[in-house]
Amino acid sequence: MALDKNIIINVAKNIAPNVDVIEHHGDLTLVVGRDVVTDVLAELKENPATDFNQCVDITAIDWARKTDRFEVVYILYSIPNKTHVRVKTAVREDKPHLPTVTDLWEGANWYEREAYDMYGIIFDGHPDLRRFYMPEDFMDADGEPLYPLRKDFPLAGIPGSLPLPQK
Amino acid sequence: MGLNEQLQRDGFVTTTVESVITWAQKNSLWPMPMGISCCGIEMMAFGGPRSDSARFGSERFSFSPRQADLMIVAGTVTYKMAWVVKKLWDQMPEPKWCIAMGVCTSTGGMFRSYPVVQGIDQFLPVDAYVSGCPPRPEALMKSLLYIQEKVAASKPQLINLGKDAGDVRRSDLIVTP
Repeated sequence: MALDKNIIINVAKNIAPNVDVIEHHGDLTLVVGRDVVTDVLAELKENPATDFNQCVDITAIDWARKTDRFEVVYILYSIPNKTHVRVKTAVREDKPHLPTVTDLWEGANWYEREAYDMYGIIFDGHPDLRRFYMPEDFMDADGEPLYPLRKDFPLAGIPGSLPLPQK
Repeated sequence: MGLNEQLQRDGFVTTTVESVITWAQKNSLWPMPMGISCCGIEMMAFGGPRSDSARFGSERFSFSPRQADLMIVAGTVTYKMAWVVKKLWDQMPEPKWCIAMGVCTSTGGMFRSYPVVQGIDQFLPVDAYVSGCPPRPEALMKSLLYIQEKVAASKPQLINLGKDAGDVRRSDLIVTP
């Protein structure tokens, strides 16, 4: 039996009173501020009423023109309650920092590395924040690191940014 | 009775060393399987009982590059993977051949995107390209037969090693132009 959505919303509201709730085709999304996001996630995990013990994915969205350019998305699952929830938070372009959640879910380690590699979001306190897919020295001619899933990155890549072996 | 007929009657065959070596190379191409993605499955079917590459002397898939002379690159090659493919290619002894199997390997295919090498001929000397996504085993078989033709047409050069022929490698003996 899936968890009642009001229970989830109330647990989140205890920590962040001004949480935005979006429901779309039965999928629950909680939009919270970046200063309280880890507290909300911790409460959703630790509270026995919700018990979201699995972190399914952490990823990001690049909204390009918004003031808060990036949105980080946490997808959680409660194995005992058979319930999904999505938690979103907005991050600014000039300060793309968020606290890590690796202390809550060990599995978040690689998801955060992936979001860092693809969008350049820095998870403070992560034990080993390196690039995940792309080579460590993936940068443009000026030495600026490149993040390929950002909207300003060309789909076909930047010539010369990735080296090839000699023939 | 001429000498030739005399020899044949006694169970001898007269030939040249070059043509024996070429014949042996042609009919015992040992593939190095670089099954990187879905083309790898068709490459396995090519080696399996239905297509049976053993008919052409290629049943021995060598998982060590050092005992292989034909590299079948089967799958999408990313910029990161290119270094691995090149490293394995460099370990294969001369003479060696390379098949680019499938459109991803040949041209980047549908992956016109930042991490994918747009054709492995940017860093490997490719002898045969196989189209298809993935190609059927028959298509790969055709490319193998093409490589065999190419081997048959090439002429190995024999090097006179003289007295210092103690530590001789196969790659020292035969050099294909």
